[in-house]
Amino acid sequence: MDLGILVENVLNAVTAGVTIGCIYGLMCIGLGLIFGIMRIVNFAQGELLMLGMFTSFYLVSEGRILSFLGPYWGPFIGAMCAAPALFAGGALLHRFLISRVSGLRTVGSLDEGHFGQLIVTLGISLILQNGGQILFGSTPVAVRTPLSSQAFEVGPIYQGATVFLNKAKLVAFFVAVLAAVVLYLVLEYTRLGKALRAAADNPTAATYMGIDVDRAYRIAFGLGSGITAVAGGLMATYISFGPFVGFDYVIIMYSGVVLGGMGSIFGAFWGGVTVGFVQQFSALVLPPQLQNAAIFVVFLMIVLLRPQGLFGRSAERA
Amino acid sequence: MRQGAGPHLRRSLTVLAAVSIIYLLATLFVTNSYYQLIMTLVPVWALFGVSWNILSGYGGQLSFGHASFFGIGAYTVTLAMVYWGLTPWVGIPLGMLLAALAAVLIGIPTFRLRGHYFALSMLAYPLAILYVMQYLGFQEVSIPMHREHGLAYMEFAEPRIYTLIAVLLLIGGVVVSMVIENSRFGLALLAIRQNELAAEAAGINARRWKMLSLVVSGMLGAVVGGFYARVLLVVTPESVFGMLVSAQAVVVTLFGGVASVWGPVIGAAILVPLAETLQAELGTYLPGIQGVVYGIAIIAVMLLSPDGLFWTVRDRLLRRETPHGVSEVTGLMPDAGSGGQPLAAATRPASRGSGPLLQVERLSRSFGGLRAVSEVSFEITEGEILGIIGPNGAGKTTLFNVLNGVLAADQGSARLDGRPMLGKKTYGVCRMGVGRTIQVVRSFPRLPVLDNVIVGAYGAGMSDRDAIARAIRALEQVGLRGRAGVAAGQLTNKQLRLMELARALAGNPRLLLLDETLAGLGREECDEVLAVLAQLRAQGMTICIIEHTMHAMMRLADRFVVLDHGRVLATGLPRAVVEDASVIEAYLGKKWLTRR
Repeated sequence: MDLGILVENVLNAVTAGVTIGCIYGLMCIGLGLIFGIMRIVNFAQGELLMLGMFTSFYLVSEGRILSFLGPYWGPFIGAMCAAPALFAGGALLHRFLISRVSGLRTVGSLDEGHFGQLIVTLGISLILQNGGQILFGSTPVAVRTPLSSQAFEVGPIYQGATVFLNKAKLVAFFVAVLAAVVLYLVLEYTRLGKALRAAADNPTAATYMGIDVDRAYRIAFGLGSGITAVAGGLMATYISFGPFVGFDYVIIMYSGVVLGGMGSIFGAFWGGVTVGFVQQFSALVLPPQLQNAAIFVVFLMIVLLRPQGLFGRSAERA
Repeated sequence: MRQGAGPHLRRSLTVLAAVSIIYLLATLFVTNSYYQLIMTLVPVWALFGVSWNILSGYGGQLSFGHASFFGIGAYTVTLAMVYWGLTPWVGIPLGMLLAALAAVLIGIPTFRLRGHYFALSMLAYPLAILYVMQYLGFQEVSIPMHREHGLAYMEFAEPRIYTLIAVLLLIGGVVVSMVIENSRFGLALLAIRQNELAAEAAGINARRWKMLSLVVSGMLGAVVGGFYARVLLVVTPESVFGMLVSAQAVVVTLFGGVASVWGPVIGAAILVPLAETLQAELGTYLPGIQGVVYGIAIIAVMLLSPDGLFWTVRDRLLRRETPHGVSEVTGLMPDAGSGGQPLAAATRPASRGSGPLLQVERLSRSFGGLRAVSEVSFEITEGEILGIIGPNGAGKTTLFNVLNGVLAADQGSARLDGRPMLGKKTYGVCRMGVGRTIQVVRSFPRLPVLDNVIVGAYGAGMSDRDAIARAIRALEQVGLRGRAGVAAGQLTNKQLRLMELARALAGNPRLLLLDETLAGLGREECDEVLAVLAQLRAQGMTICIIEHTMHAMMRLADRFVVLDHGRVLATGLPRAVVEDASVIEAYLGKKWLTRR
């Protein structure tokens, strides 16, 4: 009997870890592009996630522009619509603000412009959070779909142990994996992807190779914003959120990116999955308040013991 | 305290006293209790910025998690009062002790990391503590009232007394910060921020100074936190360990001016009233408006003056009066005359017998499969100039890095005057008497040339007086004496190279390792630097130099060691080496050899 409950808990933690982890993974890829590859310290990443959630919310639930798609398709298509919206938003942010404190302008400067990036993105974050509060109000909302209260039941597998798969999370999981794969293919195999990686790797050298580095950065920042926003739109189907939700996730994103190894898109995804797993498994043994503390402990251990990340190759502590 | 800092410091203290008195007088005219609270919060957040500035501003160890110390101070004061009835007068010092302990515990593992990793790890500490506090049930703890013994429990009916205490605490913090700025501690931190490797090569124990800065900074942070809790009467994990607390320190400092005593004060004086007033005036109609304005304000300042208001204003004023400013600074130099007389420490010890000064035997170092330095052996005798040449990637810089302890050797040995050099930390090798310059010059652009050079003398562990005299003599040796008072940012490339040479000389080295000192110099500039080096040799200095410029090396070096693919290809007199067939092949390829 006890064993059955244990098995059930572990199996459910595994499935929840995989589904939520992959959505976190997608979210981390966005930051992985911006922080891991371009080395821009972006504090506003959590707010991009929040904007993704609200974009989907206004398209699907509140604005009803996509309500003709119905409660099953709507929320997920709404989430994907957050991508172009936030791509444009991110590119604009980069064009007018971020580019002034990053990239070629700060190569070789003291602290590589981190102080500037920190302040500017913190400012953006404050504006978006509080502006969000003015525009959206502070009452938590959710993108309503009947799927979030339905689950597939698998089992009983062993001594009555049953696995519950929340349908909203399951669909979100598939969309997240699909988006991650598409992005991976784009970055790995297209001309655009190569230019982005070259510009990120060594902006000065990329300029000599005829790459428009400013444009490449702008696109990469837009992509990073859009990707995180899609993850936000997906999460909006199973959590409730307000304008300050970004705070909770920005740490998870940084943990994921560092866990996976800076500079690796693939790594950022797996880093996010790992964070999802740690979170779900810590729920088995720890009280809920300590779940996030567990993420930090794991994060600190990894950074201290394996600074190149779980999946990265080159250490760069220096 | 550094010599010569006196007048400057006196001026700053006068300003500090004047500003404090005016501020306190101003409080007398404020009667609205909300504005009275703001008047207290300005010095509180300014002090928190001052505390962050010591670690992250001067030392450049960017921390997003300074709330750890703030929160420790706040919770220590509160819990000590709730459970033990301890007054904040004791609780705040207790919080400082705990914060110092926390700083050491945090610093030991975290200082192994640099840059992004360090900054992010620091972010994780306060948030982890935050969740633990929530778990322990300290969601909202109130400070008990003690109306009958107000003074004993730091409890006053008159809110202006809190403002007074806050101002006094801030004065204390600013003085600490000024003392640090004008001492070898501050100079060491600035050096580390510019380039940790160069700082270590100049004899600075970076780890120790960084740890000290974290401890001092943490203790100040705990003072602020403890006092804040006392003023606000209630602590919650979010309000003292939250990210906004850390952000507050970062924002006021960067806004006002990073690595300047006045920066956090200016930042807090502008931003805190701005945010609070907006909140009070517009908060009810537009909740969050203060955050939006705050955000716009800090972005605007960042784009218009990236180092903060203080520096932008100062740079602009200085530019207007540069000629005047320079002469004044040079005139300030005390005891400059005594520098002319060589110090005991600066005089060269007589050559000890005929043994080599540096003896390197079968030194190897690999990176993965690449043998960057492979079984390299050579000797340097006292008073000679040895040139190390070789094509790009031959392992020249790696060799230097192994010799002065930046990299560990895989095998082999290196002895300076018979004493083993390997296995020591970089600053330890420097203190043995090995000075080093690195390929890319890093200066402290806002500091005068003299201070840039003093870093090297401090590294050798000299007293303040000796350090200044030695630095002046080093500047004389390289011919930069006339530029001693100029900010390093105004030097030409050649002068920067000479300044770096002077910095290495200021540590009284027995052996100088020079890494591409001539790189990027024009022919004439090159000649001038060569003349300086030749003169150093005439004074008995032993030099080992890496260089690409062959014509320069032919004139300068007594002997060559040629490296290729990490191995010693040839050693000997310059003329013989350049005619060696294997050397020509390594440099120009086989084809060249056959064509001749």
